[in-house]
Amino acid sequence: MISKRQLSHLRQLEAESIHIIREAAAEFDKPVMLYSIGKDSSVMLRLARKAFAPGPLPFPLMHVNTTWKFKEMITFRDEIARKHGLTLIEHINQEGVEANINPFDHGSAKYTGIMKTVGLKQALDEHQFDCAFGGARRDEEKSRAKERVYSFRDRFHQWDPKNQRPELWNLYNGTITKGESVRVFPISNWTELDVWLYVLIEKIPVVPLYFAKERPIVWREGSMIMVDDERMRLEPGEEPEMRKVRFRTLGCYPLSGAVDSEADTVEKIIQEMLLTRFSERQGRLIDFDEDGSMERKKREGYF
Amino acid sequence: MCSAPTVPERDLIAQDIHAYLDRYRNKELLRFVAVGSVDDGKSTLIGRLLHDTGMVYQDQLESVKRASNIEGEEIDFSLFTDGLRAEREQGITIDVAYRYFATEKRKFIIADTPGHIQYTRNMVTGASTANVALILIDARLGVLQQSRRHAFIASLLGIPHLAVCVNKMDLVGYDQQVFERICRDFREFSDTLTIPDVSFFPVSALKGVNIVEPSEKTEWYDGPNVLEYLETVEISEDWNTESFRFPIQYVIRPNLNYRGFAAQIVSGSIEKGDEVLSLPSGKTSTVESIDTFDGSIGSAYTPQSVVIRLADEIDSSRGDMLVKKSDLPHVGRDFDAHMVWMSETPLDLQKSYLIKHTTQAVRAQVTKIHWAKNMDTLEEEPATTLELNDVAKVNMDCHRAIFFDDYGQNRATGAFILIDSLTNATVASGMIVGPETHQDLDDALKELRAGSGLQPKTQVSPKERLEKMGQRGATIWLTGLPGSGRWSLAYALERRLFDLGRTATVVDPTNEDLRSIISAAKACTDAGLVTICAFPSYHKEDRDNLRERLGDDRVIQVYVNTDEKLCRERRPDADFSGFEAPQNPDLVVALDQVRLDKAIEFIVEALEKRGQLKV
Repeated sequence: MISKRQLSHLRQLEAESIHIIREAAAEFDKPVMLYSIGKDSSVMLRLARKAFAPGPLPFPLMHVNTTWKFKEMITFRDEIARKHGLTLIEHINQEGVEANINPFDHGSAKYTGIMKTVGLKQALDEHQFDCAFGGARRDEEKSRAKERVYSFRDRFHQWDPKNQRPELWNLYNGTITKGESVRVFPISNWTELDVWLYVLIEKIPVVPLYFAKERPIVWREGSMIMVDDERMRLEPGEEPEMRKVRFRTLGCYPLSGAVDSEADTVEKIIQEMLLTRFSERQGRLIDFDEDGSMERKKREGYF
Repeated sequence: MCSAPTVPERDLIAQDIHAYLDRYRNKELLRFVAVGSVDDGKSTLIGRLLHDTGMVYQDQLESVKRASNIEGEEIDFSLFTDGLRAEREQGITIDVAYRYFATEKRKFIIADTPGHIQYTRNMVTGASTANVALILIDARLGVLQQSRRHAFIASLLGIPHLAVCVNKMDLVGYDQQVFERICRDFREFSDTLTIPDVSFFPVSALKGVNIVEPSEKTEWYDGPNVLEYLETVEISEDWNTESFRFPIQYVIRPNLNYRGFAAQIVSGSIEKGDEVLSLPSGKTSTVESIDTFDGSIGSAYTPQSVVIRLADEIDSSRGDMLVKKSDLPHVGRDFDAHMVWMSETPLDLQKSYLIKHTTQAVRAQVTKIHWAKNMDTLEEEPATTLELNDVAKVNMDCHRAIFFDDYGQNRATGAFILIDSLTNATVASGMIVGPETHQDLDDALKELRAGSGLQPKTQVSPKERLEKMGQRGATIWLTGLPGSGRWSLAYALERRLFDLGRTATVVDPTNEDLRSIISAAKACTDAGLVTICAFPSYHKEDRDNLRERLGDDRVIQVYVNTDEKLCRERRPDADFSGFEAPQNPDLVVALDQVRLDKAIEFIVEALEKRGQLKV
């Protein structure tokens, strides 16, 4: 247990994240915060607001919209931006839209590559951002365990595992040449449990999809997929089934697997999470491609 | 195999999640670095800690079971921590990996670092933030030089607690004498270092002995197991709670009435109403308010990130530091530091680097290497440069004063990184060795107001020029009789070098005396240019003078030995008297015998051979 003049681990993580966000905001010319609407982004956004309070955020938020996000995510996003007076940039890969790239015809890998990875690169190039905050955590996936807080990208947004800078103490090296950029991960050292606990004690609003509720689902490759709009392709005669489910991670609805759940509060989510013991990304179809696939995506510029 | 949390926690989660969360949110954080070589079983030990504390999810367990090469019951615990593809292929850990787990008492961050000699860099990185260093020793091999190296680095990085795990005890029959001999050997060495607290554990990571549970295999051992130790080792003293240091990161100015300094309190504490001093201005004021997103607070302490507003308008900005008058950091441009070189490119003593120290970046130069550690013998030896993984004590000279403490007293204000401003790479880490001399406020302010500590001089080293320009400065001095074709050769050579992508210039033959011409040639050569001169320099004395001023290695003397008869025919009016033919020219070309382009190739070749041009 902690003594009086000692910060709890969560408050230490909070202080560290705020430090990182302030450093990056001070050292880069044009930072942006990548906002994915999920719980990690929500925590990161709260930390950023804490870092500059009572002032406004000194950078905009950016959402790379693949056009297949859950409707509730978009509603939530717009509401958050409005409520806190945030500048929100939405980027959609128009070439992808014109070519009608979608997860059904093109498969998860190609679709994600074009609408998410390429979309992100387009947006970063268009706005000339030299620093992009991301809400990734090191405990999410094995290949992320070695990710730096400041992850250096060349002018093609590529990540080279052999060419990352050593990171010591809390001294981050943000020097770059024009055209290069750095992805900054302020919540690198947080675990999924830390994030939920922080959501709980800080009363941070999250997208309702995280909470269990009766939702229309269909089965695809062993995953429960929610029928979020009329674009979901159903088999002839297939009827969506109403089932009490929730989502552990949020992304594009045709690629996000739901889990059966009764958890309708943050406490219950934490309880369920600790007791069921399934690692977080299992609900996310895109990682099933191949062992080490996250590492490959990261090299290509995916978060 | 059960991968659930330890039983009481699990029950608590199931029965009273609120009580569990209350407990969890008040946990302490402990960071430790785990070091050992490929074969010491470090990955297995960490995998075991993660697994036995319930941090391995069922699906991970399944995939590791699938991936385990060994058929049968035993799980390859090392696979839990295996990360990047390249590393999996090589079968070794090549970089620092961070892992997380929690128990009832604490939450842990592990920096998992490989222990080979070539990866000192990684251990230093992982050790920089650690409270505890967990060092693995193979019981069969005993204390190797490598173990001493690890202990030395832990001490260098100021880690207060060392946990030495004597692993593979199962392979030595859990022999108490083996364990005790290793403890003795290790202590003999660690006593020479500054590590306040060293503990030893007889373990078998593979069999799970003394990792998270006691074992009857080592009845002779009554100390805590590794996890108990990690849960209980006293770390509240590890923070510097004495000296208030507030290196400003950001100035928050939402409107004209609000000006707040945002930073993390890297050490010490502060209360509303305290008097503070701002460095480098030396101005004092009182803390009017300590602000956070959740409102103002009466006091704050390390490592909180807060915003401080002062009662007086003080023009402080990023890189400045708020401190207390009664407890000042050292202020100075020049200091000694321990340095670990982390780049493939060696240290260049001629070059100025950028150092990042707290929240400021300052140009600085390594002026002297006091010694470098021979990492095999751990002896201090003289050195002229530093290469990857070298550890040394150096003297640093900064272009302006920084505010620092001895690293041993204060890790946050004693640490810095060195950045190569050409490549932007982090090339070294430094730990300041605080000066013995006491400095009061007046001394500190004097230091701040003094002119630059360094003689103003070029911040671009010859090596940097060579890298950027692909050439080193040189003077090509063409000597010969009038009419020998020196000037034609000079201009043709300039053109040829230009076409080759080099930077060359002919020093123009206007009415200057030889002395001025030599000065011009020197300036051009210093700037990294290939300088071409073709003045008549009849006398040996003139040419010696040139060599002396430019340096022998930067002059290429070309004797244009065209037939004298031909020269006289070409220049019947010129004065041919008193020409002293060079005795030892670097190159002789007779332009009546070789074509001009051939002569040029000879010269270019000579430049390349001398290393003046990068091929």
